[in-house]
Amino acid sequence: MESSETYTSDEMMSIAAARQLRNNQICFIGIGLPSKAANLARRLHAPDLIMIYESGTIGAKPTRLPLSIGDGELGETADAIVSVPEIFNYLLQPGRIDIGFLGAAQIDKFANLNSTVIGDYRKPSVRLPGAGGAPEIAGASKRVIVMLRQSTKSFVEKLPFITSLGFGTGPHDRKKYGLTGSGPVMVITDLGLLEPDPNTKELVLTHLHPNIEVEKVIESTGWTLKVADELRITELPSKAELEAIRSLVSAGS
Amino acid sequence: MAEVVSLQDGIRHLLKDGDSVALEGFTHLIPMAAGHEIIRQRKRDLTLIRLTPDLISDQLIGMGCVSKLVFSWGGNPGVGSLHRFRDAVEHSWPQPLVIDEHSHAGLTNRYVAGASGLPFAVMRGYRGTGLDEFSTTVAPIICPFTGEELRAVAAVNPDLSVIHAQRADRKGNVQLWGITGIQKEAVLAGRKSLVTVEEIVDELDPRHGDVILPSWLVTAVAMVPGGSRPSYAAGYYQRDNDFYVAWDSISRDRDTFLAWIDENVL
Repeated sequence: MESSETYTSDEMMSIAAARQLRNNQICFIGIGLPSKAANLARRLHAPDLIMIYESGTIGAKPTRLPLSIGDGELGETADAIVSVPEIFNYLLQPGRIDIGFLGAAQIDKFANLNSTVIGDYRKPSVRLPGAGGAPEIAGASKRVIVMLRQSTKSFVEKLPFITSLGFGTGPHDRKKYGLTGSGPVMVITDLGLLEPDPNTKELVLTHLHPNIEVEKVIESTGWTLKVADELRITELPSKAELEAIRSLVSAGS
Repeated sequence: MAEVVSLQDGIRHLLKDGDSVALEGFTHLIPMAAGHEIIRQRKRDLTLIRLTPDLISDQLIGMGCVSKLVFSWGGNPGVGSLHRFRDAVEHSWPQPLVIDEHSHAGLTNRYVAGASGLPFAVMRGYRGTGLDEFSTTVAPIICPFTGEELRAVAAVNPDLSVIHAQRADRKGNVQLWGITGIQKEAVLAGRKSLVTVEEIVDELDPRHGDVILPSWLVTAVAMVPGGSRPSYAAGYYQRDNDFYVAWDSISRDRDTFLAWIDENVL
């Protein structure tokens, strides 16, 4: 499976994320990095991954990478199209989604996510798009996988705004807030993989991507990052994985 | 029964300054032409309600038509920021913008409550998030049967709900298909409604997965071919993804934006 080909850190991140998805899982897909990884998984080991987009498409099988969550091809290739109330009230809220797959602008050590503002909410220095479907995807999916590039700007000690709850301030908050899903199980970055400690729920670096130094990950994290005792190295992208990701053509490009 | 009107007359008679107006369409069937007509008629002080404020919201905000935005995701899908929206929130240009912000599930349920004639809807969400803290239209509620703490979200009943659909017949029955989003709920929650359509036909033959809005639920229908561009209308034309990408540079600068509006809308 190993390959000596060169690849970008973004490709490594998408491939690492695609590997986490299994065939026939029901996966609620955020746009951007998660959508790319999910569509990559469909072309590799998970052709029957059931992708749900918040626009209402269920089981879409796009041939191109969609630019938005409501692209025409998602509707044309879907098993079903339902209304937005059905997506959130009938499919997500009762816990029918296996994996919620999210991106964000910022994350903290308990995998809480911010996609709302940088700075003060009422007078933000940067106004971000906001919540979309993310808070309830993070709350009600059985498990959540998060993807974002790692830097001290994105991995911060304190979020200016919690858009979507990971583990709040520790292991008890999800229960306290009545969230039905078990929360984030993995954070995939361009440098490695982080997983919540089973007891404290604080994110721990468990995998380094090939040729990434652990110091680099620590320097790119805005809090004192915990590193697993047995730090593993992510498997190199295979030829098949690289071919598949490079054949993903974006709509609008 | 729905009256068939021109777009110009529809906006003139159904929308006045200070009204709340929903423009719905989830990526697909966005009522762009109706938004442009609102800009041309220089409506002011509107409360704009829209799950996914995108280009049309950016244009309405940038032209000073909107004083309050009720929304759940304000971006250019797959591209990035909405620069006019950001300029309004970050720098109050061209005027301050009040926001009432939700998650998609939350605003969706606000429409469902509005459509149902109820004062609020109940959902499991918001708890532990910043949205719970800042929104005045979300409140705790205890389930009377189980004791579970849930969230109530206030009904939204726009003065006018505007959607775009593929077709209507001459009696004003409306048919839309493909991704139909929150449009049915938006129309039912609206005190009045205006539907722009690609075409008006003698008879509506069934389409897979279609939504029919009977004429008596709709206030007015206006025929506006291409009324959703650069969004799309399944069966008629495709999404102009290149324009969504181009909007990023058009909208980034105030003068470039105003020049584009002057040339393409006014």
